[in-house]
Amino acid sequence: MSILESKIPEGPLKDKWTKHKNDINLVNPANKRNIDIIIVGTGLAGGAAAATLAELGYNVKTFCYQDSPRRAHSIAAQGGINASKNYQGDGDSDYRLFYDTVKGGDYRSREANVYRLAEVSGNIIDQCVAQGVPFAREYGGYLDNRSFGGVLVSRTFYAKGQTGQQLLLGAYSAMNRQINRGKIQSFNRHEMMDLVLVDGKARGIIARDMVTGELERHSAHAVVLASGGYGNVFFLSTNAMGSNVMAAWRAHRRGAYFANPCYTQIHPTCIPVTGDHQSKLTLMSESLRNDGRIWVPKKKEDAIAIREGKKKPTELSEEERDYYLERRYPSFGNLVPRDVASRAAKERCDAGFGVNKTGQAVYLDFASAIKRYGKEAAFTSGHKNPSEAEIIKLGKEVVESKYGNLFQMYEKITDQNPYETPMMIYPAVHYTMGGLWVDYNLQTTIPGCYAAGEANFSDHGANRLGASALMQGLADGYFVLPYTIGDYLSKDIRTGKIPTDSPEFEATEKEVKDKIDRLMNAGGKHSVDTYHKKLGKIMWEKCGMARNEQGLREAIEEIKALREDFWKNVKVTGSATAKNAELEKAGRVADFLELGELFAKDALHRNESCGGHFREEYQTEEGEALRDDENFRYVAAWEYKGEPSDAALHKEELIFNNIELKTRSYK
Amino acid sequence: MKLTLKIWRQENAKATGKMVSYPIDGIEGDMSFLEMLDVLNEELVAKGEDPVEFDHDCREGICGTCSLQINGEPHGPDRLITTCQLHMRKFNDGDTIVIEPFRANAFPVVKDLIVDRSAFDRIQQAGGYVSVNTSGNTIDANSIPVNKHDADDSFAAATCIGCGACVAACKNASAMLFTSAKVSQYALLPQGQVEATDRVMNMVRQMDLEGFGNCTNTGACEIECPKGISLENIARMNREYLSASTKG
Ligand SMILES: Cc1cc2nc3c(=O)[nH]c(=O)nc-3n(C[C@H](O)[C@H](O)[C@H](O)COP(=O)(O)OP(=O)(O)OC[C@H]3O[C@@H](n4cnc5c(N)ncnc54)[C@H](O)[C@@H]3O)c2cc1C
Ligand code: SF4
Ligand code: FES
Repeated sequence: MSILESKIPEGPLKDKWTKHKNDINLVNPANKRNIDIIIVGTGLAGGAAAATLAELGYNVKTFCYQDSPRRAHSIAAQGGINASKNYQGDGDSDYRLFYDTVKGGDYRSREANVYRLAEVSGNIIDQCVAQGVPFAREYGGYLDNRSFGGVLVSRTFYAKGQTGQQLLLGAYSAMNRQINRGKIQSFNRHEMMDLVLVDGKARGIIARDMVTGELERHSAHAVVLASGGYGNVFFLSTNAMGSNVMAAWRAHRRGAYFANPCYTQIHPTCIPVTGDHQSKLTLMSESLRNDGRIWVPKKKEDAIAIREGKKKPTELSEEERDYYLERRYPSFGNLVPRDVASRAAKERCDAGFGVNKTGQAVYLDFASAIKRYGKEAAFTSGHKNPSEAEIIKLGKEVVESKYGNLFQMYEKITDQNPYETPMMIYPAVHYTMGGLWVDYNLQTTIPGCYAAGEANFSDHGANRLGASALMQGLADGYFVLPYTIGDYLSKDIRTGKIPTDSPEFEATEKEVKDKIDRLMNAGGKHSVDTYHKKLGKIMWEKCGMARNEQGLREAIEEIKALREDFWKNVKVTGSATAKNAELEKAGRVADFLELGELFAKDALHRNESCGGHFREEYQTEEGEALRDDENFRYVAAWEYKGEPSDAALHKEELIFNNIELKTRSYK
Repeated sequence: MKLTLKIWRQENAKATGKMVSYPIDGIEGDMSFLEMLDVLNEELVAKGEDPVEFDHDCREGICGTCSLQINGEPHGPDRLITTCQLHMRKFNDGDTIVIEPFRANAFPVVKDLIVDRSAFDRIQQAGGYVSVNTSGNTIDANSIPVNKHDADDSFAAATCIGCGACVAACKNASAMLFTSAKVSQYALLPQGQVEATDRVMNMVRQMDLEGFGNCTNTGACEIECPKGISLENIARMNREYLSASTKG
């Protein structure tokens, strides 16, 4: 087994990034004009990287499958973005953000990367404000903060429930400035179908124009993959319908190792599934746990009565409710990390206390927050003796100003008014910590191929803390890649334009075309969605919130059989040389059918529980995750060898010099 | 629920389109409008027919990808939501639902219900940004306090999702609401004021070049806008434009 070279710079933790920036090679401005960079993805990571690299002088081409870069799924992020600004003076610091992130990730991330993330976090906020991102502010005109799970400080910056939208529109505006200067060419409705390697280096991509169906060759001196996460391997998730693993998986097939595929985040507060027609799940932001209290009935009879519609939650007194997070985790309460909160909800529902028709939902209740805020609002407006009705009216207004759009989303989907009755929520697949393995420079195991944002594995270990993905995407794009990629490209200043008529481009394009032909001409029995839903069901039941050896072994066999059936019997209507949504889906599902198996294989090999990876065999008496640091303190990076079952494991040992490994406790 | 769908079908940008009728059964109130179309498409695929192409991605009302003119209204009969947030409980058994693409000269049809809204991107490219380098070497985020009301109004304008419903709703196919939302976001912040003159001139020029119509203050855009973008933004843009024009 080879040892992966993480290229972590020498020296003390807090000096590594500064020293590295001083040591690496630069490309002079005149030479940058002769260097091309492809960026796949225009979310926070890709959009930020594109804008910055173009501004530095490189020629950038961006690709996205939506009709505009502004629609990347980063747009949907709700709650906020972390930064160790310590504006609240509550004891925050780079070290504390670093510490919280490593601990939150259950000690399965790389210290040096996480520290760098914390170090540049403050700069992100400066940058975004300068760009005109309208963050929430206090009456004094200064920036406001809120708290997220797994931390004891208030370091999350936000723009109501639309933080991702505002940050992405900021990055998009920076891109637009460069498009207007002719430094970025943006290819929308274009899907990357494969990565082209020349002499072992990433030198371009094959893309499909999704409107005409034409295959195109694009060359560059380096390729950045910022294509987002692969949560849709579960079919139902909070990801967008088009979110996929294609770009990352095709790179994996060409030699990029895939790290920790089984680390998936199941988010505790999503709107529960209502039926088989369901196409996606909707998140209710973690920020709601600042003010919402989670509970189920104490008595099973009450839960049953509620399920049968004979009782209403508002009829239960305080004593009849079990605020199980506050009970089990008094110090973090409702703000425990996501993996902990999700498992606790599952535990209560499995034990028969669920509160919707399917028995798979718990309450998220705002009644006490409405009262608390109402009282405060009455007092500050000089109303020292307010009536109950006045308090509630004022309280609702405050809650609306904080979470209005989330409450509206909830009401539109469920037809229930969350100001009057508690929300019903249940965990759902949300984020993937695993992804392409990258070194400290964000380079994959293919020279010249970089991965950024959710597409890489780098910063969140086995569980990501809330409001840290936006931070990571922008850190990678604005502040890390622009330095590290220059170091690599400094060796390419004499290379000249990469031709696209080489045998390598020819051969890769032919492989893509053959694959499309196979999909178009398969047996034609079942729709693409049929396969995707089946895969999702296997993943959710056997690779979801709790996993065990037997289930994982079954999953591997079932996914393999499903994949074989897919290639024999899938039905793709329409033509390959026109807009064809069925063909687009088929290509994505084909990759999910391979990734799903590797996912299960990874989960099976990791004989411990950590963060979002919960193996039933490895838990404490209280049902908490039981890590095995002696045997599994490593990143599992898988090398493609044909079938997923043949994938070869490479281990990157994780070394902790600045943090003491402990059992995570939020009690 | 049993419904009749009348849907615009058009092979590609050059083909001529037509309305086609599809009966559909077994639709539940909890389904979203797009999930209803998923059901139709699964049936079409089973019959070997070309499914109906429509734009969609996030399915939670934020990406602005979904569109659709439903019974003559952009994003359908409900208010303050996008098509993907519309649920079938808003319809009744036996209804006929007419589904067309957003119509505007500046939004040519790509296929079936999909239109090309890249004109919106080009308006933004013309000036929808603050010219600040992304190096991070700017001043501390808290060094310029911003009046909370201005920040909130700026945010409200910035929540535009670029869906194009305002254009589809307008009898002149004007893009004023969309363009003014961006102009307002920056006009209300100190960071945006430095380039205010050039921004408004360039964005309006591009808007006109793209072939969007004039604004005659009918207000249909505001009613149909899923994000409640206010007409006040148009008034603000007109003021900005006037003061920019007089500056020369
Ligand atoms: C509902 C929701 C709420 C969230 N809320 C928060 C939050 O409050 N705070 C937080 O920190 N994080 C949050 N997250 C997580 C965070 O939003 C994401 O992890 C992050 O935005 C991902 O950014 P990205 O740039 O890596 O990818 P994305 O924004 O997903 O962008 C992917 C890009 O890749 C392109 N692409 C993909 N495949 C291809 C291909 N084959 N060819 C061409 N282009 C391709 C897409 O078109 C798109 O442009 C949330 C996530 C979800 C789903
Ligand atoms: S102003 Fe409203 S209707 Fe127009 S594009 Fe923006 S969100 Fe859509
Ligand atoms: S699909 Fe994103 S707004 Fe409707």
